[in-house]
Amino acid sequence: MGGWAIAVHGGAGVDPNLPKERQEEAKRLLARCLDIGISALRSNLPAIDVVELVVRELETDPLFNSGRGSALTEKGTVEMEASIMDGPKRRCGAVSGLTTVKNPVSLARLVMDKTPHSYLAFAGAEEFARTQGVELVDNGYFITEDNVGMLKLAKEANSILFDYRVPTLGTCGIGVGAALESPIQMNGLPISVYAPETVGCVVVDKEGRCAAATSTGGLMNKMNGRIGDSPLIGSGTYASELVGVSCSGEGEAIIRSTLAREVAAVMEYKGLNLQEAVDNVIKYRLDEGKAGVIAVSKNGEVACGFNTTGMFRGCATEDGFMEVGVW
Amino acid sequence: MGWAIAIHGGAGDIPLSLPPEKRLPREAGLRRCLEVGIAALKARNHPLDVVELVVRELENHPNFNAGKGSVLTTSGTVEMEASIMDGKTMKCGAVSGVSTVVNAISLARLVMEKTPHIYLAFDGAEAFAREQGLETVEMSHFITPENIERLKQAQEADRVQIDYTQPIQKEMPKDAAVADGDSQIGTVGCVAVDNEGNLATATSTGGLVNKMVGRIGDTPVIGAGTYANHLCALSATGRGEAIIRGTVARDVAAVMEFKGISLKEAAAYVIDRVPPGTAGLIAVSSTGEITMPFNTTGMFRACATEDGYSEIAIWDSPSK
Repeated sequence: MGGWAIAVHGGAGVDPNLPKERQEEAKRLLARCLDIGISALRSNLPAIDVVELVVRELETDPLFNSGRGSALTEKGTVEMEASIMDGPKRRCGAVSGLTTVKNPVSLARLVMDKTPHSYLAFAGAEEFARTQGVELVDNGYFITEDNVGMLKLAKEANSILFDYRVPTLGTCGIGVGAALESPIQMNGLPISVYAPETVGCVVVDKEGRCAAATSTGGLMNKMNGRIGDSPLIGSGTYASELVGVSCSGEGEAIIRSTLAREVAAVMEYKGLNLQEAVDNVIKYRLDEGKAGVIAVSKNGEVACGFNTTGMFRGCATEDGFMEVGVW
Repeated sequence: MGWAIAIHGGAGDIPLSLPPEKRLPREAGLRRCLEVGIAALKARNHPLDVVELVVRELENHPNFNAGKGSVLTTSGTVEMEASIMDGKTMKCGAVSGVSTVVNAISLARLVMEKTPHIYLAFDGAEAFAREQGLETVEMSHFITPENIERLKQAQEADRVQIDYTQPIQKEMPKDAAVADGDSQIGTVGCVAVDNEGNLATATSTGGLVNKMVGRIGDTPVIGAGTYANHLCALSATGRGEAIIRGTVARDVAAVMEFKGISLKEAAAYVIDRVPPGTAGLIAVSSTGEITMPFNTTGMFRACATEDGYSEIAIWDSPSK
C-alpha cells in the first residue's frame, strides 16, 4: 500500500481481427508512455504533471484516436477534445472542438490553471490557445491516411446492411467486400471500421495525490459539433482525494452512466475498494453500453476493467509491477 | 402519490434589498411558468414534455438568464446552453454555444431524439437547428438593456481591481451593488414527476456574465447541472465551475441511492459540501417529494404538488 501507481489506455474496444503488428505497435507505445510516466514519478513530478506529460505523448503519436491520428468528423475534419482533473482540490479543465491545437490536454490544463472557468470550446477555446502561445498547426496535421480510409468505410457502413463484410485495418480498402467479417459493433459501427481508441492516463504520486486526463478525436463520422464523454467531468474523467479515473468506449453510454464519477461514488458511499469499484461499475452501472475504465487510488492501487473485447492498456506500480495488455 | 413540479430562475447573491421593479416581474414569471407546468401535468402530459414546455416559457421571459434575457459574454454576445434528461430511460440531450435559436431547450430535446449523439455545440448545433427547422432569430433578439448594463458593471469591476491596489471588496455605489448581486443569477430549470413515477429535468442558461467566449458551464454537463434517473430528477444553478467539480446533480441521486436517505437529506448533504454561495438546486423524487436547497443568499423558485400545495419564494422560507 502506498507509493506511486500509473495506468494508461488507448481505448476500450479492440477489433479481434486486429493484425498482430498493430497489436505489437500499440503495446510498444503503451510501454513507452508508461516509461515516460514512471521516470516522471521517480523524479517526484506531481500526478497532475505526469498525466499531462503522458497524454501529450499519446496525442503526438498517430496510433490512437487523439491529437494526430484523431477520428474524422462527417466533413472529414478533426475536432478534438480533452479534460484533466487534479484530485486534491478537484480542480479541472476541459476543451472541445479544437482544430489547430497540437496538444489538447495541455490546453485543458491551461483552462484549469489560467482561467476562472472549467471548460472552453470551439472558437473561444482556439482564441484562448492563441493568447497562451501554445503550439498550433493546420487541421491537416492531425489527419492520417488510415483515418481518411476509415471515414469512407464508416459512411459506407452507415448506408449498407450488416451482412456486408467490412475490410479490416491494414488491408487495401477498395470498399466493401473483403476477407473477414466483423460482427462486433461499437457506437453503431463495425469495430474494424471504428474502435474508440480514446487515450487517457491516471496517476497517483508518492504523496497520494491522484490525477486523471483523457483526450480524443471522438466518434468517426460524427456530426460536426458533437461532444462526447471525454471532456465531461464525471463521465470520461474524474479525480478526487480518493481516485483518478479515465474512461473510453461508447461515449453516449458513458455520459448517461456518469461512469468516471461512479467509480469514485461506489468507493465513497459503498466502501468498495478500487478493483471492486471498477468491476461493479462496469458490470452494474454502465447503462447498456460498452466501455472500459482505468483507475488509481490514493493508496497506490491501480485497476482496470472493461466489458468490451479488449482494451489497450498498461499499468505500473512503485513496487515494480508492470503490465501492458490488449485482451 | 400524485404529480409534483419545481422550477427555478437561478440561485445567487440576490440582495434582500432587491427593489420591487426587479422582484415583481420575476415572481410573476415564476407564477405563470408554474401554472403552465401544473396545467400540463393535470392534462397528463409526460414530464419530459412538461419540463420542456416550462423551460421554453422561462427562456422567453426576459428577466431570467436564459433565452431572451441571457447574460452576455465578454464580447457582448450571447452563447446559450441547455440540457434535458428523462429519468426512466436516462436518455439525454444537451447543447452549447447557441446564439440564434429561440429555445435552446427544444434544440437539446431534438439532439436527444433525432441524433445518435447526446451533445452538440456551436456551429454544429446551429446547423442542426436549421436542419430541424427550429425557430431562429438575430442574436440581438436575446440581448436586453439590463444585460448590457450588467456586462458593463462586470467589466468595470474587473478593470478597477486591476488598476487600483484596493481590497477586492471595494465600496460600490448602491445601484451597482444591486446590479452586481443580480449578475450572479444564472440559469432556469424545471423538474417534474407524474403519478406513475416518470421523471424529467430541463435546464437552460446564458451562462456567466462577462464569461470568456466559448466558456461552457455546468448546465449542459450531464451529472453536473442536470441529472435524472429512476429515483429523482434534478436541476442545479449557481457557479458553474463549482457545480462541475462537485458533480452536484449526480451526487444527490448517488447519495440517495447509496446511503438510502431521503431526497431532502441527500440534496442538503450535497449542497453543504459545495463552497458557500455557489449553488442551489431543485429536485423531485419518484415518490413525489420536492426539495429546493441553496447555499446562496437566495434562489428564485416555485413548486407545486397534486395535493394542492404550492410555493413561490426567493429567500429562505420555513418550508425549504
